[in-house]
Amino acid sequence: MTPELGQLALILALLLALAQSILPLVGAWRGNRALMAVARPAAAGQAVFVAMAFGILAWAFLRFDFSVQYVADNSNLALPWYYRIAAVWGAHEGSLLLWILILNVWTIALAALSQKLPEVFASRVIAVMGLIAVGFLAFIIFTSNPFGRLLPMPGDGADLNPVLQDPGMTFHPPMLYMGYVGFSVAFAFSIAALLGGELEQAWVRWARPWTNMAWAFLTCGIVAGSWWAYAELGWGGWWFWDPVENASFMPWLVGAALIHAQAVTEKRGSLRAWTILLSIFAFSLSLLGTFLVRSGVLTSVHAFASDPRRGVFILAFLTIVVGGSLLLYALRAPKVLGGKAFNVVSRETVLLIGNLMFAVAAAMVLLGTLFPLIGDALNLGRISVGPPYFGFLFPLLMAPVVLLMPFGPFLRWGKGDAPVLKGLLLRVVVAALACAIVAAFLVDGNLKAIVGVAAGVWVVVGVLLYALKRWREAPRGRRYPGEMAGMLLAHLGVGIFVIGVLLSESLSVTRDVRMAPGETQHIGSYDFRFDGVHHTTGPNWTADQGTVTVTRGEKQIAVMHPQKRTYPRGQVQTESAVDAGVTRDLYVALGEPMDANNLEGAWALRLYTKPFIRWIWGGGLLMMLGGVVCATDKRFRLKRAAKAEGVVDAGATLQVGESRA
Amino acid sequence: MPMNPTRKRRLTIVLSILAAAVVAAVLVVLALQNNMNYLLTPSQVQSGEAASYKTFRLGGMVKAGSIQRSSDSLKVTFTVVDAGGAMPVEYTGILPDLFRDNQSVIATGHMDNARFVATEVLAKHDETYMPKELKDAMAKAHADKPGIEKAGNRE
Repeated sequence: MTPELGQLALILALLLALAQSILPLVGAWRGNRALMAVARPAAAGQAVFVAMAFGILAWAFLRFDFSVQYVADNSNLALPWYYRIAAVWGAHEGSLLLWILILNVWTIALAALSQKLPEVFASRVIAVMGLIAVGFLAFIIFTSNPFGRLLPMPGDGADLNPVLQDPGMTFHPPMLYMGYVGFSVAFAFSIAALLGGELEQAWVRWARPWTNMAWAFLTCGIVAGSWWAYAELGWGGWWFWDPVENASFMPWLVGAALIHAQAVTEKRGSLRAWTILLSIFAFSLSLLGTFLVRSGVLTSVHAFASDPRRGVFILAFLTIVVGGSLLLYALRAPKVLGGKAFNVVSRETVLLIGNLMFAVAAAMVLLGTLFPLIGDALNLGRISVGPPYFGFLFPLLMAPVVLLMPFGPFLRWGKGDAPVLKGLLLRVVVAALACAIVAAFLVDGNLKAIVGVAAGVWVVVGVLLYALKRWREAPRGRRYPGEMAGMLLAHLGVGIFVIGVLLSESLSVTRDVRMAPGETQHIGSYDFRFDGVHHTTGPNWTADQGTVTVTRGEKQIAVMHPQKRTYPRGQVQTESAVDAGVTRDLYVALGEPMDANNLEGAWALRLYTKPFIRWIWGGGLLMMLGGVVCATDKRFRLKRAAKAEGVVDAGATLQVGESRA
Repeated sequence: MPMNPTRKRRLTIVLSILAAAVVAAVLVVLALQNNMNYLLTPSQVQSGEAASYKTFRLGGMVKAGSIQRSSDSLKVTFTVVDAGGAMPVEYTGILPDLFRDNQSVIATGHMDNARFVATEVLAKHDETYMPKELKDAMAKAHADKPGIEKAGNRE
């Protein structure tokens, strides 16, 4: 299979995407069923050709076809097969191809599962997905062709960036993209609703599991990225407020808000316009995230100078998507308003406050991330916004969310009752205080750690009390439907995460030291003994590998092997050694030899103890699990079946939803 | 005008959004002011541009042969140069993987007499996920002009 076939497949996919978007839109507008019916087959056809293109590129990597420029740039003969597969999305062109492949996966799922939706609405939704595909396919074909030839063909390729040669990094981009692209479903729903001028609660109910799944994937991708940065970069940090991290975090924040807003809209009909706006933002930020990371625009606005077409295309694409959908929103949003009124003390209010905090946090991150571009545009010089900006504002913005979290589930829709809250408040405060006092002795009065324990317990106790209430009050078998179980898991995850963050940040010990073989360093109750460095080799690297033996008292805890790897083209990559534990990680990274001619001698080492750091990712995984469990709720599926008989008593279903919630 | 529940609710919502927005805006501006880091090149520092900043980022290339390690600690000194200037830098700690002669680096820190004391040193390639374009752009910058940030010197 020649690479040119891949390019041809992409062009055919673009044509089908055009058919998938334009014809059904015209059909929905004119009431022409034949045109609307084009949506699904066109989507299927597009998916076949995109999958073919992706397969051809992967095949080119597997059989070392260095006549393809992209393959030659990102792999070589020594690269193991699994990293050659990962190399498909290791750089700009291929990652866009992965993006469009995943968009097609979502579109196919949507086309297959949307049979029960009204035809006009469903065809509009699929058409909007098609429009997104048109944009991306055009971008790939006209500016970022992965199938370009390199002639004459070199004997060997360059290399996949060594930092990407890690299992964590293999899964991180696909997961992240599943999340980014997943928000396109909510986006397509909103655009379709705006086009049609109506938004039925039943449709929002149908859209909810999609948003939850997208958010869960995004959470998983971010957790994988954070874990990878921790294990791979050798800095021992789990989050750096780096532009590329922020790029994925902004859609996550807006997505978290969207999940909750959708719940309100589905159950009560209120906040419709807000829900639509959030879905537009979630997807727009996903697009921005994709482009920020892959274009290099943030590191330097001049990066585009090498290929100005890309920059112009991205700007135009973003302008059309964001500008166009906001324009549509401005024109049509008033049409879809509605819903039940609610009191100041009500579940809606709490959810709304949470929503606003998430939205403001996302705006804050956006400002900090794009500030270097703003500064450059205004001729202020080369400015960057330091992590303390985010580190100061983010906890401040999230504090209300964490504080309100226990109360949300206890409040009723529409009108909550204050006495219940008082009882709850008392119990949560007592529990948090008690744990904080106990913790104060254990952490030697470290304020940040105490706050962490108190805030974490605050959230966890709130979750447990609500679970208990359901256990007591709801009939067996209906205590924890998926939606509720998911909410409890995700909120529990937040509590665990908060504890992990504040304890690890405040109690970690970092020590950069110079150690000669046989020397020992004490950190807390641990003794790190450096046993020297020897040479070792892997499939496509050589390394200096250190040995560090950790003991506690007389007991040997771990023998750790941090490495300093050298890849074929001379790139150096640190491989940290981590001894993981529930309450603490031990972490060793190899610095440089003190004397470059005597590798057996003294080395610079970085030693860490990181209490409770695993709770950070544990909390993240619980949040992800919560999103997935929520999406499995039978209620979302039942309603789909019920749609077949027309709109079945929406009132009745609403009451079911309410009495459960 | 008597307030019906809907109007009252809307008013509460609007007011709380406004209040939150004002507080958020003030905090954001404060945080931005405190955390803006300017990137300066050695020649800019030598022409006195760094005088108004307590901490800033120094960007440039590591002068070949200038890296001096202390024999008994992690202290290291090196010189960062750009097209028109040179600045001695002192750092204690572990340097990034890609730190070496003629590598472009960014050091965060402050001036101590005529010497820059760094608290953090990043080799430019040490960005978390290095986009390929950046690598290309960097390679180009190495090839045709010393000093990483063209934008830094443009006036």
